[in-house]
Amino acid sequence: MPQVMSGDPIVRGALSIGVATGVYAVSFGVLSVAAGFSVVQTCVMSLVCFTGASQLTFASVIGAGGGVAGALPPALLLAGRNTLYAFSLRGVLSGTVPKRALRAQVVVDETTAMAHAQPTIHAKRRAFDLTALCLFSAWNVGTLIGAVAGHGLGNPRDYGLDAMFPAVFLALLAPQLRGPDAVRAAVAGGLVALALVTVTPAGVPIIASALGAVPVLLAAERRRKRVRR
Amino acid sequence: MSWWPVIALCGSAYALKALGLVLGERLDREVSERWSLQTVVVPVLAALIVVQAFSTGRHYALDARTPALLVAGVLVWRKAPFVVVAGAAAGTAALLRVLA
Repeated sequence: MPQVMSGDPIVRGALSIGVATGVYAVSFGVLSVAAGFSVVQTCVMSLVCFTGASQLTFASVIGAGGGVAGALPPALLLAGRNTLYAFSLRGVLSGTVPKRALRAQVVVDETTAMAHAQPTIHAKRRAFDLTALCLFSAWNVGTLIGAVAGHGLGNPRDYGLDAMFPAVFLALLAPQLRGPDAVRAAVAGGLVALALVTVTPAGVPIIASALGAVPVLLAAERRRKRVRR
Repeated sequence: MSWWPVIALCGSAYALKALGLVLGERLDREVSERWSLQTVVVPVLAALIVVQAFSTGRHYALDARTPALLVAGVLVWRKAPFVVVAGAAAGTAALLRVLA
């Protein structure tokens, strides 16, 4: 185990994502109890819902008196990208039906990005499972600590964790930018998000950015037809 | 508080994940091999970076996260290990906030 921890980049990556996520989970635990959920309800949300941004939004809207009708739509817009992720992970979410159903539960930003950053299907599956394990443990332990303690470890911003996540996703996106098509899709996605972020509800810019892949896929299709002819 | 909000959130969050799984598995094998499905996620990850680094709520924001992302960009370009990139970005933002 020690040499695995020191030498394996997937393990180290999964562990560091887990630690940072755990701090956010503490914040969620605090926020959720303050919004009126019990400790058990708060922990069930982290275990069963398990999608951070949606949970934080849901609890803060309810805490502000928005009610379920006000809290559910923004939470689901944020969770909608998990549909795209699970779709893209065909082949990575492997195993028997119960195993696939279980793996679907842990499809989120971090597990998807870690999986797709790997070069082979075997490494993708391993990165997905290890990241899921670290993330799920950290998210739920952190939630419990926050919910019981009722106060956090301070603001995650004080540790620069809000700046860490974009850096982490950049590091995981970089190895996926093989070839001009992927670069074009990434730039298009970034521009779509930047254009929408001030005018649409949270979550929409990220889902809509997937449209950045459409011109690239169409161009690839045209090239393929031309080669055939 | 009642359990209904918790059940509604948990049920719909899992349904969204399961929907993606089912759609992915229904997709024709030939199509999924021809169109690398990863292409769909590349722009989404780029969007995630942009939104997390340059906005707060529905406003654009240039703050300590911007130099942190620049530092991360240089390190990624220099092929620094993942943990170094993550640590340097968090450290840059935390340090800049202490100084400010």
